[in-house]
Amino acid sequence: MNATLRRLSTVVMVMFLALMVSTSWIQFVAAGELNDHPRNVRGIYSALARDRGPIVVRGGEAIVTSVPVDDNFKYQRTYSEGDGGAASVYAPVTGYFSVNGTVTGMERYANSYLAGEDDSLWLDRLQNLVTGEEAQGSSVELTIDPKVQKAAWDALGDNIGAAVAIDPKTGAILAMVSKPSYDPNTLAVHNAGEATAASEALINNKPQVNSIGGEERLSPYGPTINRTINAIYPPGSTFKLLTAAAAIEYEGITPDTSIPAEDVYQLPGTTGDGGRVHNYGGQTCSDTGEMPLKDAMRISCNTAFLALANEVGADGMQQMFQDFGFTESIDIPMSTSVGAYPGLSDSATDDSAARIALSGMGQGDLRMTPLQVAMMSAAIANDGDLMEPYLVQSVRDSDLELVSQTKPSRYKSPFSSSTADALTEMMVEVVRDGSGTGAQISGVDVAGKTGTAEDDPRSPTLWFTSFAPADDPQVAVAVVLENEGQSTDESTGGALASPIAAQIMQAAISK
Amino acid sequence: MSALRPEENAPTRVAEALLLVVALALGMGGMWMVGHSIDNSLPEGFWTYSIVLAALAFTAHIVLRLRAPYADQVILPAVILLNSVSMATILRQDLAGIDGANASRHLMWTALGIIVACVALFVIKDHRSLRRLTYTAMIVGIVLVILPLVPGLGREINGARIWIYIGNFSLQPAEFAKIAFAVFFAGYLVANRDTLALAGKKFLGLQLPRLRDLGPILIVWAVSLAVLIGEKDLGTSLLFFGLFVGMLYLATDRVGWIVIGLAMFGAGAVVAWSIFSHVQLRVNIWLDAFNPDLMTGHSYQLVQGLFAMSYGGMFGAGWGEGYPEYIPFAFSDFIYASLGEELGLTGLLAILLIYLVIVQRGLRHAVGVRDGFGKLLAGGLAFVMALQLFVVVGGITRVIPLTGLTLPFMAQGGSSLLANWIVIALMLRISDAARRPSALPTRGALADPVPAAASGDAIAVGGAGPVQAETEAGAGRGATPDDATQIVRGVDR
Repeated sequence: MNATLRRLSTVVMVMFLALMVSTSWIQFVAAGELNDHPRNVRGIYSALARDRGPIVVRGGEAIVTSVPVDDNFKYQRTYSEGDGGAASVYAPVTGYFSVNGTVTGMERYANSYLAGEDDSLWLDRLQNLVTGEEAQGSSVELTIDPKVQKAAWDALGDNIGAAVAIDPKTGAILAMVSKPSYDPNTLAVHNAGEATAASEALINNKPQVNSIGGEERLSPYGPTINRTINAIYPPGSTFKLLTAAAAIEYEGITPDTSIPAEDVYQLPGTTGDGGRVHNYGGQTCSDTGEMPLKDAMRISCNTAFLALANEVGADGMQQMFQDFGFTESIDIPMSTSVGAYPGLSDSATDDSAARIALSGMGQGDLRMTPLQVAMMSAAIANDGDLMEPYLVQSVRDSDLELVSQTKPSRYKSPFSSSTADALTEMMVEVVRDGSGTGAQISGVDVAGKTGTAEDDPRSPTLWFTSFAPADDPQVAVAVVLENEGQSTDESTGGALASPIAAQIMQAAISK
Repeated sequence: MSALRPEENAPTRVAEALLLVVALALGMGGMWMVGHSIDNSLPEGFWTYSIVLAALAFTAHIVLRLRAPYADQVILPAVILLNSVSMATILRQDLAGIDGANASRHLMWTALGIIVACVALFVIKDHRSLRRLTYTAMIVGIVLVILPLVPGLGREINGARIWIYIGNFSLQPAEFAKIAFAVFFAGYLVANRDTLALAGKKFLGLQLPRLRDLGPILIVWAVSLAVLIGEKDLGTSLLFFGLFVGMLYLATDRVGWIVIGLAMFGAGAVVAWSIFSHVQLRVNIWLDAFNPDLMTGHSYQLVQGLFAMSYGGMFGAGWGEGYPEYIPFAFSDFIYASLGEELGLTGLLAILLIYLVIVQRGLRHAVGVRDGFGKLLAGGLAFVMALQLFVVVGGITRVIPLTGLTLPFMAQGGSSLLANWIVIALMLRISDAARRPSALPTRGALADPVPAAASGDAIAVGGAGPVQAETEAGAGRGATPDDATQIVRGVDR
């Protein structure tokens, strides 16, 4: 029987090995996935029971804090000291921390720091282990400038839309506003029932937007969506910046080059009325049917840019779109949505010549986030070097010692500095004497571009993107007003969105 | 004649004493950390628990010195370590106010278990005396298994009818039945192993046993399975069946038995799955644990256990830093997940290794012991512990469907503790016999009036084929190796 006993002992070894493997699998290999499971309340409970670090804006004001309370969670996450109005201003950035397991915004993406669990904090954890002190989270300082943020919030008023401001030289995000917003305090209550009720009420509360026919239409985005990075819109004429950039970079065109600017543009590969694109209200761009690129930009002549995009062609346009990094998601640290361009994404597979031509004025299947639109201005402002946008300025541990600091880094270089200069020159003209005069700031040269994007059957979406001062850029912005346009008249878009951008830029420059 | 008085040179068991100190220190350290993590002070009853555990451990140590001086010196400390770590875990859950966790009760049952083990070591002077109880054990086993089905006595709890109630006193008879069956299988198989091994037709290269040789075993097997399906306790049925097949293989060395066993179990499982909805549910929970519909209901416990373990990660959250309140039955059926949460992968692997040491030591002594009955009993008991661990831990870690068995020495529950301590007593008793210097004269020593034919070698080989074959007509009551050992025992006295 000894032989069978020895064989049985091997079987026992195999059985134990199986258990060790399965246990290791759960606790090591699959642990991350299981810990992130939406139904797993442990991470949240342990994070809540901990003295979670504050979120601080530039200047040192804490916009999110953990306040000790006398319940199971020990700490109540509090936004703007419980002031719902002030908390709404920062809600798209801070996100919220719900006992139900939903964690969004910085609360989610900077969690490892806030919870004090990041690998870079190992020394602190070791200290805590030795001293027996309770682990404290680190404070996360944002790049958000409260003055610019407040200006953007106030300037947007009651419009549905978003505004984002970037420092073009570093990529630091100075302001990030999304409207309508919400009060994270209502979602962070410790009563799970109340938290669920509040979040359901919010998610189902999608704002009503304007439509051409006047019928009731809801925005696809609720108040908890950060519209600057997670909503995509047709960029309209702001995209003419990219079309011009591609034409200058690849086709050797200059602002003074005369380009075709007919009254009507017949889309390539089409015949008849269906394929004809007119200028706004059937206006005439040029009596001669030709005009310099800079004039076409200044008055935002559609037919000129359709022809220009057609001349650049699909390869060039797609190349430039990709060179901006618009087909990639960025972790700012929140994940941004990717843009859509004909032939480059699943939602826009048709890259026929007609689609490419339409994209020249930011229409067709083209979709971009407000941050991406702001990045176009930022790249032009920074001599063709697009800096990687970021929100976390620095992380300090509970002893206020610096743990990490974001070093600005170049994200992409879509075009040369001479192209940037040419584009700047044209954008300055737009604000000085074109469709974007509403963005003028006295004593400062502003470079900008308007946009009015058709979004049938909804009303047009209005845009303005700009940077200032033109000779020494300190801020690049994008403002979007979701379906707030009354007509497709370009001056309307410029009239509504450009003053908002001006106020944001003013706040950023006068610091 | 020093060889015949082995006690004179018996080991002093210093190693065991030292290991016991280490084991108790780990348990006390656990309790200390639990108290400081939850209340920032020494936990209530810390010294009571520590002193009682230490006293019990050293009582068992002294009993072994007196009654089984050659017994394995690692098994007792290993079990004490598991038991005192579980003491700390259950104390932790008790302090956190988890409904059902009761540290003082756990201590009481631990004490009772160790005392019963000591008594067993006193009463059973030689494991071979159990062989006389072969058929008594069969009847006891069957009665124990049937008891929960008796109206008024048994009660269905959480979908399984495995408990009996006598007044305020509740018992899980199946835990004890596994010992009775191990004794019965060992006694029966040692007598009939040759007929089972050699007779029968060949089929597809496998030697199949004769049907009539299977009689008693089939009866036990059928009764236990039928009743267990009636009691809806899949884990125990798997345990008995595995024990049965394992011991049959041990005795006969015939792969055919394993094939037949697996085939029968597979068929039984498929039939049970197609007939019983609760079996189907178990399988669904196993395969599709993260289905949102199941997760809030039937697979809640399993998924919470997985979450707990993943939260523990490599090194665990630390004593008192987990969330056992979210795992139903964190103190009994799911203590493994709860341990994993607070002690981490490191802790669980250590615990598994300790179990492995116990089981492998048990098997090692089965190899070492001289009589066939002892080999089978020790092998069976060690295997049944390994199997129980596999069913419990495998269920929690999704290797197999979850069934309701308890982790030996760790889960809170009287029957489990008591029964497994008896298993340990038997293991220790057999290890003593295995490691005791042979009572037979060594080569060159003064000859004894022992028949040369009954030399230790012949017994140890166990096969002794030709002799067996001739006496086959004697149907097991004849000259099996154990009769030879009887003679040896006679000399021993």
